This record gives sequence, C-alpha cells and structure tokens, in this order.
Amino acid sequence: MRYRLYRAALAAGAALFAIAPASATDLEVAHWWTSGGEAAAVAEFAKAFDATGNKWIDAAIAGAGNTARPIMVSRITGGDPMGAFQFNHGRQAEELIEAGLLQDMTEVATQEKWAEIVRPKSLLDSCTVDGKVYCAPVNIHSWQWLWLSNKAFEDAGVPVPTNWDEFVAAAPALEKAGKIPLAIGGQPWQTTGAFNVLIPAIAGKDVFLKVYKDHDAEAAAGPEIAKVFKAADDARKMSAKSNVQDWNQATNLVITGQAGGQIMGDWAQGEFQVAGQVAGKDYTCLPGLGVNALISTGGDAFYFPKLNDAEKTKAQFVLAKTMLDPTTQVAFNLKKGSVPVRGDVDLAAANDCMKKGLEILAAGNVIPDTNQLNTEDTNNQLNDLFVEFFKTPSLTPEDAQKRFAEIIANAD
Amino acid sequence: MTDGPRARPSRLFRNLNAKIASIPMILTALVVFVGGTVWTVVHSFTNSRLLPRLNFVGLDQYERLWTTPRWLISIENLLIYGSLSLIFSLLIGFMLAALLDQKIRFEDAFRTIFLYPFALSFVVTGLVWQWLLNPDFGVQHVVRGFGWESFSFNPLYTKELVIYGILFAGLWQGTGLVMCLMLAGLRGIDDDIWKAARVDGIPMWKTYLFIVIPMMRPVFITTLVIIASGIVRVYDLVVAQTSGGPALASEVPAKYVYDYMFAAQNLGQGFAASTMMLVTVAIIIVPWAYLEFGRRR
Repeated sequence: MRYRLYRAALAAGAALFAIAPASATDLEVAHWWTSGGEAAAVAEFAKAFDATGNKWIDAAIAGAGNTARPIMVSRITGGDPMGAFQFNHGRQAEELIEAGLLQDMTEVATQEKWAEIVRPKSLLDSCTVDGKVYCAPVNIHSWQWLWLSNKAFEDAGVPVPTNWDEFVAAAPALEKAGKIPLAIGGQPWQTTGAFNVLIPAIAGKDVFLKVYKDHDAEAAAGPEIAKVFKAADDARKMSAKSNVQDWNQATNLVITGQAGGQIMGDWAQGEFQVAGQVAGKDYTCLPGLGVNALISTGGDAFYFPKLNDAEKTKAQFVLAKTMLDPTTQVAFNLKKGSVPVRGDVDLAAANDCMKKGLEILAAGNVIPDTNQLNTEDTNNQLNDLFVEFFKTPSLTPEDAQKRFAEIIANAD
Repeated sequence: MTDGPRARPSRLFRNLNAKIASIPMILTALVVFVGGTVWTVVHSFTNSRLLPRLNFVGLDQYERLWTTPRWLISIENLLIYGSLSLIFSLLIGFMLAALLDQKIRFEDAFRTIFLYPFALSFVVTGLVWQWLLNPDFGVQHVVRGFGWESFSFNPLYTKELVIYGILFAGLWQGTGLVMCLMLAGLRGIDDDIWKAARVDGIPMWKTYLFIVIPMMRPVFITTLVIIASGIVRVYDLVVAQTSGGPALASEVPAKYVYDYMFAAQNLGQGFAASTMMLVTVAIIIVPWAYLEFGRRR
C-alpha cells in the first residue's frame, strides 16, 4: 500500500514535469460560465483561441462569481496565477491592478484600436487605470429585463403583461392557476439584482445615479426609493413560493411555465435558446420592466495576471486580440445572449429580445452597472440586506429602507 | 550561552535532546499561531480591502461589525448551536457509553455503528441531512407517502427551525466520538469500585452520578475541549446544509469571516470578526484554564 502510494506520487510528479515544457503556449483560463448557454458560449472562445495555434485550458469554477472570485484572487495573490480570468466590468480588480499583479495590455489595445471600436466607452474606462489598459471587455450584459412565460399566462387566462404594474395585477390570477408569479433563486445576488432593476424602472435614472454613483444617503432615504421598496414588497410577496437556489433553475421555472416571470439579466436568454424557445412566441421580454427602457452596461471582461514566461505573455496578447475579433464576438455573444462590445459587427442573426437591447443601446439609454459603481464590500452588504428582506415578511419596507440608506452612507 | 557555574548544567540544557526535537513545533507555534494571530489583530484595525494594508482606522471595523444585523444573527446562532450541542453531545454520548458498558452482546458492532458518522466529513454530513430534511425528497415526502398527507416537516426552509436542523446533523456526526471517549473513561474505572458500591447497596444510577462521573473528570475535560473547538469553528456543515439560508437565518461567525474576507474583498472587516471570535474563546478559556491549571502549581 505504502509502496503504491509512493509510486503514485512519483508518477504524478513525473507527469507534472512532462507537461511543463510542452505547455509553453497553453493558457489556463478561469471563468464561472457553467450553465448550458454559458458553456456553449465559452466554447466559442476556446475554439477561436485554439485556431491561433495555442491551447485553451478550461478552468471553469462552478457557482456564481461570489464563489469563483475568491478562488481566482487567492490563486493570483498566492503566486500561482492562471493565464487569464473573467471578472465583471467594474471595480472588482481595482486592487490587483494597484498591487501590480496584472499584465498591462495597452500594447494590444492600441494595436487593435480598442479605443475606437469598444462601445460604450465606459467599458474601456473600467479597464483603464492611469492611462493603461488592463483588461479585455468581451460582452455587455444588462440586468434590466423581465422574462415572462407566455404559457403560464395562457394557463392562468390573463393576457401577457406589458409592464411591471400589469404583472403585479396579474399575480393573483397566476397564483390561482397554481403558478409562482415571480421566480427568484435563493442566492443573495439575485435578490439584490432584482431590487437594483426596480430602482431605475420605478424611480428613474437620476435617482439610481444619485444613490449608487454619488452614494447620496438622503436620496436613498427619500420618497422615491420608498416607492421602490413598496414595489420590492410586491415582488417578495409574488416570489414567496419560489424554492429554488440557482438563477438558471429559476429561469427553468419560467421556461417550463411553472412561474410567470423572472427579473434577471439578459444572460437568461441563453437558457431560453438552449431550451429551443422563441422570443415573442414562447416567452416575452420587457427591458426596463416595460416601464423605463434603460439598460445597464455591465458584463464581463478578461484580465491577465503577470506571468514570468514571455511565451505565455505573448499568448495572453493573442487571446485578448482573439476575444475582440469581430467573428468571435458575434459567435460568442449570440450564444451567451449578450451584446458585443464592438458596434461595428453584423448582428443579423440576433433575436427579437437582443434587437430590442441593441436599439436601446444605440439610442444611448444606458446606465452604468452597479459593479462599476460599488465596491464588492458594498454589494455584499446589499446582498445581506436584500436576501433577508425577501425572505422575512416581518421586515417592513420602512425598516429595510433605513438600513439601505445606512449602507449607502458608508459606501465609498 | 549562559555564563552560569560550570559544575551544574544550566536548566536550559537539561533534556537537551527533547528540547532540540521540539524546536520545530515551538517555531511553528510561535510563527504560525502567535505570529498569525498578532498579524490578524493588528490588521483588524486597518481598512484593508482585497490586500492587507497598514492604514489604521481605529475601531471603525468593530463599530461596523457590532451594528451589522448579520453578525448579530451569527452570534445568536452560535450561542444556540453551541450550548445545545455541548449539552446534548455529552448527555447522549455518556448515555450510549453507559449502555454499551452493560456487557451487552455485539458491543463491537454497536460501537462501530455509532462511531461511523464521525468518519464522514462535515460537508458530506451536511449534504446527507440536507436531503433527509428536504420536504420534496426526505422525511416529509416519505411520511406523506404512507398516507399522512398533511404531515409537514420542513426545518431547513423555516427560519425559526433551521439552526436546529443543523444541530441535529452536528449531533449525529459528533456523538459517536464522545461515546467512544466516554466508554474509554468508563473502562478505566476499577472493577473494585463497582463491587464496593454494590456491597454498600448503592443503586447503579447513584454510582454513576456520584462516584464514576467525578472520577472521569479528565475524560470529561478532554471531551469538552474537543466539542467546544468543533462548535466555534462550525462552518462547512452550514455551508453544505443551508449555505446560511433561508435568508440569514443559519449564518455563523466563521462564515461571516470567510464571506467578508474573500467574497466581499474586505479583509479588515473579516479580521475584526475573527478577532472577536478569538476574544470570545479567550473569555471562556482563560479563567477556566487558570482555575484548572493554575491551582495545581
């Protein structure tokens, strides 16, 4: 037994040595895209990168960003960096850049003229620190969507709503038909996300910016946000029976017609697509909850840790270039359900919902994503508040608003 | 090194081999445990975010900690879980051991069965009990399958009960070990004592309560330390079984520390919370250790 273990250890060691020299242009890419639609999308990146003669080593981390980010950060700070990793647009990598742990990608950015092709500009700004570009934005995701199951409303005998108020009004009919009116998964970020969607829809863009950009505690305690909390109170009553955890399980309730709708970002579209559903026929999407057609420009970007191997650094540049290549952008984003970061690509294959999103984007009705405005610390505090609010009927909207204003007051 | 009289070897050099052998452990204890603790406490007074920085902000992190509802819920849960788990694992463990000690048949088989859960990690325990207590697959489903349609047993999704669901899983996992320790203690009691008690006509329960248990004091102390350290660090069980939910109803301090240090990228807040955990343990351990060990010297 002991001898066998020893031999196994030796073999493992030998295998490591055997891999090391051959992996000069192998690049390990860490991400948290594991649901059906996401995995199909990330395979497009892998295919395109492999076609350049390098090799994409997939390091998917199951669970949402909250689970994956700590693992990635600890690998980088622990001195075992991967070749590239996914973060959301925004402030999540701020300190890693300050600490000099990430590779400066300005060379590729100037060569490929990212400053001209990436739109909206805020995406590249999020990547830029002191005039240097540190990440490659790959897609635009917006949170402000309400996904509705046409089947569920048919079963309940009510027309498919065209805005939030109609949806709330239709809730009793849905409940009578044995449906969950609103599906929200148990993961904390989903409840926070739903609330952050309600803010611009109910209170408007200015209030949203005042609260999250200026961190104005007075606005957060004001009457406009009180209205939002009232709407959130409706939402929590409508979602009281939803007993699932992951966002895609909640989306699945909508796809199968067990739930009326779900407030979720446009990544949910990938799930509808994988299930073979058609926008407009099987499901309906309402950007900005059908009230305020605004979308946020969040999404994902790839960052590249500093590596000591010149070959690998070169491969990192190739990867960044490949990810923003027009063909890759279209192939990836169609599968992912997101919008390309370049404005100059042909999206004839886009479906109805995506076209709606593109129109809003072209009209410039955009708001920054909360990840671009808040630190992870603030987002986490908001998660704690909203997951409690949505699962505790005895927590009044007034009390919750007081705590909300406090978090905003302490945010930086 | 010391310039003491040459005739009598200094105390420092007595048992030199043993002392040299323990140098690695002493260094580990000093650098890793003491050093790490000091480093953590110092950084809990800073506003470190993703990476540790020495930018002191006084007691800000602690003020925020004690006004955070989630931390208060965590502490409350730890108190409930801790006190009940301490009482019940000692009680059940001792009862099982006393029953096994009655020279019953198949003692080995029973002992193995009771100790078996301890071979499972907390993650596996948590998952198993998550399924058992899940209303759609577990106990509720089975009982309803027997025809009792209105039966409702759903602790993990009920905010008031969820911590007891976790307690149950913890007890199931841990009592086997307590039983084994207790059984070893019971076997250590001389048969003559039992005989003497029987001659004096003392009933069995009285013998246990007033003679055997006081004699088992060292075993009890060992067990207490093992159980208590398990309570303070309870984390994986909660993550596997409920991940803190529903809402924040089953949060525990160790989970708060992890979530704020890594997920929220706020090391300062996590360090403050872990320092509070250390202080709590110290408040309990120090007076007790003083009484226990200080007295003997």
